Amino acid sequence: MGVSIHGGHRAPSAGSDPHHLSPRCDSPTHHPLPAPSPPCSPASPLLLPPSSSASKIDSLRSKVDLLKLPLALSTKSISERKIQLGGAGERRSAGGGGGACTARSPPTRDMDNESQYSGYSYKSSHSRSSRKHRDRRERHRSKSRDSSSRGDKSVTIQTPGEPLLDAESTRGDDRDDNWGETTTVVTGTSEHSISNEDLTRVTKDLEESTPLECKRFIGPALGGCLSFFALITPLAFLILPQVLWRDALKPCGTPCEGLYVSLAFKLLVLLISSWALFLRPPRATLPRFFVFRCLLMVLVFLFVASYWLFYGVRVLEPKEEDYQGIVEYAASLVDALLFIQYLALVLLEVRHLQPAFCLKVVRSTDGASKFYNVGHLSIQRAAVWVLDRYYNDFSVYNPAVVNLPKSILSKKMTGFKVYSLDENTTNNSTGQSRAMIAAAARRRDNSHNEYYYEEAEMERRIRKRKARLVVAVEEAFTHIKRLHEDEAGASPKHPREVMDPREAAQAIFAPMARAMQKYLRTTRQQAFHSMESILTHLQFCITHNMTPKAFLERYLTPGPTMQYQQQSGRGRQWTLVSEEPVTSGLRQGLVFSLRRLDFSLVVTVTPLPFLRLGEEFIDPKSHKFVMRLQSETSV
Amino acid sequence: MSFVPGQPVTAVVQRIEIQKLCQGENLILGFSIGGGIDQDPGQNPFSEDKSDKGIYVTRITPGGPAEVAGLRIGDKIMQVNGWDMTMVTHDQARKKLTKKREDVVRLLITRKSLEEAVKHSKGSHPRQ
Repeated sequence: MGVSIHGGHRAPSAGSDPHHLSPRCDSPTHHPLPAPSPPCSPASPLLLPPSSSASKIDSLRSKVDLLKLPLALSTKSISERKIQLGGAGERRSAGGGGGACTARSPPTRDMDNESQYSGYSYKSSHSRSSRKHRDRRERHRSKSRDSSSRGDKSVTIQTPGEPLLDAESTRGDDRDDNWGETTTVVTGTSEHSISNEDLTRVTKDLEESTPLECKRFIGPALGGCLSFFALITPLAFLILPQVLWRDALKPCGTPCEGLYVSLAFKLLVLLISSWALFLRPPRATLPRFFVFRCLLMVLVFLFVASYWLFYGVRVLEPKEEDYQGIVEYAASLVDALLFIQYLALVLLEVRHLQPAFCLKVVRSTDGASKFYNVGHLSIQRAAVWVLDRYYNDFSVYNPAVVNLPKSILSKKMTGFKVYSLDENTTNNSTGQSRAMIAAAARRRDNSHNEYYYEEAEMERRIRKRKARLVVAVEEAFTHIKRLHEDEAGASPKHPREVMDPREAAQAIFAPMARAMQKYLRTTRQQAFHSMESILTHLQFCITHNMTPKAFLERYLTPGPTMQYQQQSGRGRQWTLVSEEPVTSGLRQGLVFSLRRLDFSLVVTVTPLPFLRLGEEFIDPKSHKFVMRLQSETSV
Repeated sequence: MSFVPGQPVTAVVQRIEIQKLCQGENLILGFSIGGGIDQDPGQNPFSEDKSDKGIYVTRITPGGPAEVAGLRIGDKIMQVNGWDMTMVTHDQARKKLTKKREDVVRLLITRKSLEEAVKHSKGSHPRQ
């Protein structure tokens, strides 16, 4: 954006001067704007025309304001800051709205600013006429952008795939309510937090979109080759003599045919069970070798290799003529393969079914914990097992939910600052920190009080918004009725517009959108639900005749992480952190953790208690009762 | 009035002699008893220790021989004519009291106020 010090011809200029408004709105006649800004309403020419003296002051003021802006634009923070600046020193409130008008570079964050304005308009003490102007301008802007979810104002929905509110608006709730507090905050802090969140989001996106690793398929491919080789071997044993020295073979009649049949069926069983048990796409790549699987593959390889060796030495070389013996040999190989498959079944599938250990899984960020019973597994297999359950049982990790609200945390941070004037501070550091902690402990603080009231207030707010949401959704659902086939041609005189589920969803989304947005923002779930996803879910619910309550269950409680997964084949990256080698088995007192970018799951292993079950036989006839007596006899 | 199992029971008792009254065919004493080792001691309103399974006087006919003799409601009967009443069943107690051949029953009864009177007197006359 060009920083030219002209009066009012810069897009992100100060919001505090109304004089900028009209020249910007008559943009075709003035310099072209560096940033895209929507055409402003025709109501704006009601304001003052630009005057040169005021423009000079304004230019200076706008220069100052520009320096205060961070270069990383986020519409919310900029526009919010605009409002603060506007609120600080403005004479006419129209400027505030006008300033924010130009600072909205991405057009999709409408609902964001809209609710912000609502907060602002109730808090500011401006004249009714100016508020009217602002409202009218907002309305025109909304119409011009053709955006949705302005309450009951418009219906068409335009923006696909955007989060309902961007991630920075997690702070917006604090700002909305304590905006006076943050008026003088230096923009530096907010800028850093923006970039941090963006960074984590970007890295997460990057890692989700890593290309398909070929490493994932090496193991199964190897196993597949080996099993194919093993299956072909008996057939090769049978066919090779026929092909090579057919004439010299002793003919064998019925016994051979019987053996052929049994061989065929055993091979068929081997094939089917291999397909059923082993031909599955792998669900996880383990950091080290999967010991049992490797063992089995080595075993199969050894078996087949030794059989081939024996075959080569004893049959192929001397050109053995006893064909029946060869067939029996092939049959014995198939038997051995069946037994190896049995072994594989037991080792890979059955052994770990009997529960032996209890795993406690705790999430490091918010302490959500669960207990699971597992059998004898290696650490890496147990980790995969736990992660399978994690995606279903644990509610989704919401980084926006912190334990202590910021207002209390910040108070805790501002404690005593200890400055050391010496140069060598190494020996004093622990002493200083201890002094600080002791001082902080002695200082009487009421943050627990604030925490309690903050919690209660938050609870109340959530409940209020939830009530509004439920009512809005219930009402919205009453607008739609399913059309049965026999009704279609029944009433020609009342032609009703027939809609498919998508259109029906869009039609009823508008009245509930605002309540939904506010509720999601209060419970800090707005990052998980984009408008598109809400619409899709609404369409789904309408199609399946769900009640409003069923539609809302997805939003009222944070569901398991599985609910929010995008179906990408890339997989999730987890790091197994363990002090023991990960192929060792589980045992008592083992602790390992599964780490992800921003949180980790800590798993503790305890063995299940040994149960000593005793027996007590009760004869059914032994159930006898007497009344409790308190008789009184007169003598 | 609670006892320690295995230790002799000590109590301050009062001797009461009741003459049986002849009412038609029966000889009545004019009171009712409750308790016994086969009864539920928890429902005894007169006992201090609710595990006490002794025989207690639960009702006294006004003007009857028992009242005349000085028996009061809530008294625990320790002996009847020499027979022990602290470890008997309800029916045994009744039998001991209603022997047709005897027309006098000599009871040893104990009550809380007796102990207090003794303590009081001991306290006022420490020599005795």
